Amino acid sequence: MKTSNSEVSAQANARGARAKAARPAEANNVFTIDGREIPFEPGQTVMQAALTAGVFVPHLCYHPEFRPHGSCKLCTMKVNGRPTTSCTLPAAPGMEVENNTTEINDKRRLLIQMLLVEGNHFCPSCEKSGNCKLQALGYALGVMSPHFTLFYPVRPVDASHPEMLLDFNRCILCELCIRASAEVDKKNVFALSGRGLKKHLIVNAESGRLADTDFAPTDKAAEVCPVGVILRKRRGFAVPIGKRTYDLKPINEQADRFKPLTPLPKEEF
Amino acid sequence: MPESSLETVAVILGNHGNNGTRLMQILRETQEALGWLSPETITAIAKGVGWPRAKVEGTAGFYSFFHTRPMGRYRVLWSDNITDRMLGNLDLMQTMCQKLWLEPGRVSEDGLVSVDTTSCTGMCDQGPAVLVNYRAITRMTQERVARMAELIQKQVPVAGWPTEWFQVEDNIRRADILLNNTTKPGEALKAALAREGNQESAANARSWREGVNAATRGPSAVLEEIKKSNLRGRGGAGFTTGIKWEACRHAPGDERYVVCNADEGEPGTFKDRVLLTRQADLVFEGMTIAAYAIGARKGYLYLRGEYRYLLERLNEVLARRRDMNLLGTNILGHSGFDFDIEVHLGAGAYVCGEESALIESLEGKRGVPRNRPPYPVTVGFLGKPTVVNNVETLAAAALIAAKGGDWYRDIGTERSAGTKLLSVSGDVARPGIYEYPFGVTIAEVLADAGATDTQAVQISGPSGVCVADNEFGRSIAFEDIPTAGAFMVFDYSRDMFEVARNFAHFFAHESCGFCTPCRVGTTLLKNLMDKIGDGHGTQVEISEIFQVSHVLQMAAHCGLGHTAPHPLLDTLEKFRPAYERRLKYLNFRPAFDLDGALARARQMTGRDDLAAHLGSSE
Repeated sequence: MKTSNSEVSAQANARGARAKAARPAEANNVFTIDGREIPFEPGQTVMQAALTAGVFVPHLCYHPEFRPHGSCKLCTMKVNGRPTTSCTLPAAPGMEVENNTTEINDKRRLLIQMLLVEGNHFCPSCEKSGNCKLQALGYALGVMSPHFTLFYPVRPVDASHPEMLLDFNRCILCELCIRASAEVDKKNVFALSGRGLKKHLIVNAESGRLADTDFAPTDKAAEVCPVGVILRKRRGFAVPIGKRTYDLKPINEQADRFKPLTPLPKEEF
Repeated sequence: MPESSLETVAVILGNHGNNGTRLMQILRETQEALGWLSPETITAIAKGVGWPRAKVEGTAGFYSFFHTRPMGRYRVLWSDNITDRMLGNLDLMQTMCQKLWLEPGRVSEDGLVSVDTTSCTGMCDQGPAVLVNYRAITRMTQERVARMAELIQKQVPVAGWPTEWFQVEDNIRRADILLNNTTKPGEALKAALAREGNQESAANARSWREGVNAATRGPSAVLEEIKKSNLRGRGGAGFTTGIKWEACRHAPGDERYVVCNADEGEPGTFKDRVLLTRQADLVFEGMTIAAYAIGARKGYLYLRGEYRYLLERLNEVLARRRDMNLLGTNILGHSGFDFDIEVHLGAGAYVCGEESALIESLEGKRGVPRNRPPYPVTVGFLGKPTVVNNVETLAAAALIAAKGGDWYRDIGTERSAGTKLLSVSGDVARPGIYEYPFGVTIAEVLADAGATDTQAVQISGPSGVCVADNEFGRSIAFEDIPTAGAFMVFDYSRDMFEVARNFAHFFAHESCGFCTPCRVGTTLLKNLMDKIGDGHGTQVEISEIFQVSHVLQMAAHCGLGHTAPHPLLDTLEKFRPAYERRLKYLNFRPAFDLDGALARARQMTGRDDLAAHLGSSE
């Protein structure tokens, strides 16, 4: 299979950006998003710099405590005219970035709609409603319907664990639970299997049941799910609907909530 | 799990040093021995390599050729490229299923056999092709289908089947410098070792590993020839080889790798198969020369699973080269020049042709393209600087080392040096491999291959470009139509909508699923094409195709997603009537035929009156 031409020019761009960065005249670390100047620290990605400056960037697979992942593509921006995943792109001086434009938000809306038809998402009956990033972004981006024909996949829930429930119907494959379990909990409870549309979350047990893993409700992996897959049993409505995080204020007015931590998560290859 | 199976797994694990990065080979060999990868087997392998069980299961679940449920003692997979379709593979598969009392995709009740389709197996010039237990069989006919069904029912082992079935022809129709190559094994290497750099060429102090005397100018001299030759990558992207090698050579770190990308998955491409059959020495020599230039000690040839039958032959070539001291330590007596090559077998995943996905797969993981930068030349296999080159690129590099960059640069056009192998298939009298200097026109290729009444040519496979008859004057070159090698010809009897629909199915099947737009978008495109094909399409679906395509092109993670819409957009632009004659209605229609769904109920109740039909009762 070939690499697309745009990737080749991406390589050229990256080289160009490095060359620029070396020049002292342009060494002040600033770029622009939608015309607004954004300062950045060397090593920050475009998205981290934006969030630090209080500019909201739609995202699902990003989490301030973890290294960027680049899979949901909600954070796609145009950098010097080229569409790029902003959560994985290192910021460079003088970049001209488009973020909150009609063209980009139209595409982001379609991405949300793709996720909505891929799984089984029924907000009115979901106990994550109001705390769900997918739902919140749907509202923020003006998603009025799933638009595409629903796939209605068959995804049985896993209620085997005494404390926790896995409802795979809502999984958007952001891999945050996988990363949290591997990097923070050091347990590797979660992983992916299958390919393409058949890709799905699995747990680390021969039986395939969560109860047969060493998963615990105190794990980091138990709290990072942006949607309603990993749920605590008997806790669903402790905070009533209407009083939840994104009920109180739209997600796009809460950029501070997602500010990157300093120091930044270390890069590992 | 029986004791004997556990022992088998233990032996295989031992052969691979319980090394998780060798997981692909461990899984393949285990499956070859035990038939499938049961949950207990996966647990045993995970324990053996010391990886989380779920990670091993994740790798096993990613590749089409690994199965985590039993698929029968005979697994028949029909290559389902459009060229196989044109040769009637679906009818043949249907006959086979009837004879075996099977549904495609299902295992027979007695667990004996399963029959299904698979992505192009690279036998387009001698289709329809099948894989039986991952061994390639070509030129299927009704007669062979009947015979094969019989052999399966009688449970004759595949090893005892007629040998002529497994015959794979090279079908070389036009040869040039690569296919006519007569340099002997080691000749190019000797020439490379003899090369002395000029005064300006840097000595080896910086990036060349410590084993070789820092004053040796040989490696940089070879690199200079490669750069002078203007050789560009033959995998499709056309990156300048000399620049890639140089970047890897200068990358920090004292361990480097050379990887030959023989994961020839692009439907309609089969030139690497022929190169590896006819010129394996030249390819390995190219790898060795790359290793010499960048300072690598280890190389891998990533061979696609569909070419499993080549594994033993390639290993024989490697063994012979070791005997000749063309591999191993102190190669050709050159102190400190150590290099060896290993063949790594893939397991049915097109996306692994993407270089970073290929590296992930080499490391025993799911074949998912990495985030870039960093690029493999700095952070590649096991995090070390790695050069990944196409089979044809490396073969050309060996010739350049032997004959010099100036010699090579004079072949082809000014901006595209050298020759290109084309895999010609479809509606031509003489399908096979054609090697031309760059700059050859499409019309010339068509004439040589004996094509008549040609409607279109799909160049470089589904991810490439579909060319209509008013463009046949265009040429094969990086400055006009670049190609990885596929050249599928369609005459006027062919329906270009069905061509595009076949490709849409291909991409949906091969998407790795990492990013949202490709994972969902390729299936949306497939469904839209099916809806139009099934007669429920309207202008709404056409505009949906454009909308989804734009999301893929804008936001997909890698080349697979970016190029997946190409066949649809090309045919919509150039063969619009093929779509429009299928649009029967002006306004949106649901894909689901509600009245049709009642047919069964009507049949069961014996009713066919007006009231038993939807719409008529209004």
